[in-house]
Amino acid sequence: MTLPYAIELASWACFSLGGLMLLIGALGMIRLPDFWSRIHAAGIIETSGSLFMLIGMMLQSGLTLVTLKLVLIGVFLFIAGPTASHAIANAAWVAGLKPHNLKKDEGILLGRKDS
Amino acid sequence: MAKVIALGLALLAFWLALSGHYTPFLLGMGVLSTGLCVYVASRMGLIDAESVPTQLRFSLLFYWAWLLIEIIKSNYQVARIILSPRINLGQQLVLVPTAQTTDMGRVIFANSITLTPGTVTVEIAGQALLVHAMTADFVPSMEDMGRHVAAVEEGKA
Repeated sequence: MTLPYAIELASWACFSLGGLMLLIGALGMIRLPDFWSRIHAAGIIETSGSLFMLIGMMLQSGLTLVTLKLVLIGVFLFIAGPTASHAIANAAWVAGLKPHNLKKDEGILLGRKDS
Repeated sequence: MAKVIALGLALLAFWLALSGHYTPFLLGMGVLSTGLCVYVASRMGLIDAESVPTQLRFSLLFYWAWLLIEIIKSNYQVARIILSPRINLGQQLVLVPTAQTTDMGRVIFANSITLTPGTVTVEIAGQALLVHAMTADFVPSMEDMGRHVAAVEEGKA
């Protein structure tokens, strides 16, 4: 099974871009200073990293049932991902973890929950 | 009743997408199993506006397309911060008012904020959301997003 050259090229461009975003996300995990900023590096991995990888795979499989399943994987990933991120961030908030070097804090207005 | 039918059709379509085998016997099994799922779900009282959100407007699909572009834009911004030689953060916890009237609308808004890198919803405080932003640059785009969500949520009940 050979794909047209243009589609093959587009697919590999997506894989490269996705891989690059995954690398940047991993680098952010190491470079960023604290828990709160590292969540955003994870956000890069779960959005553009997975998105471009999935698009690359869809281009490989063409208009088949496999592509439909990949779309479904993407939809579920994009609903479950932020839910999990919010759960982690909320747990840190409830536990009283403060972001490093806050410039503006309106969380004080809420009054922190008793942990 | 409309919600029961909608759930049944959605489950059947999902089953067809995952199966890939369309012989009469397997199709019959698919219809049976989706029927059983709908029956159990309705007996458990799970079929409501939360589990079968048919009240959402069709424009939700356009919202997703718009959100995808926003996600890619903020991905670029966060990637630039990570790759800059000296990481310069201005972390913030800000209260974002919600323009939505329903719980479903607020959930979509909060999840959209978390999905775009650079902002994470931390806590839901009545009508407002407490959001952690990486720098001040990420804050203004959220109001725009809130308006888009409010346009999607209110449909016919």
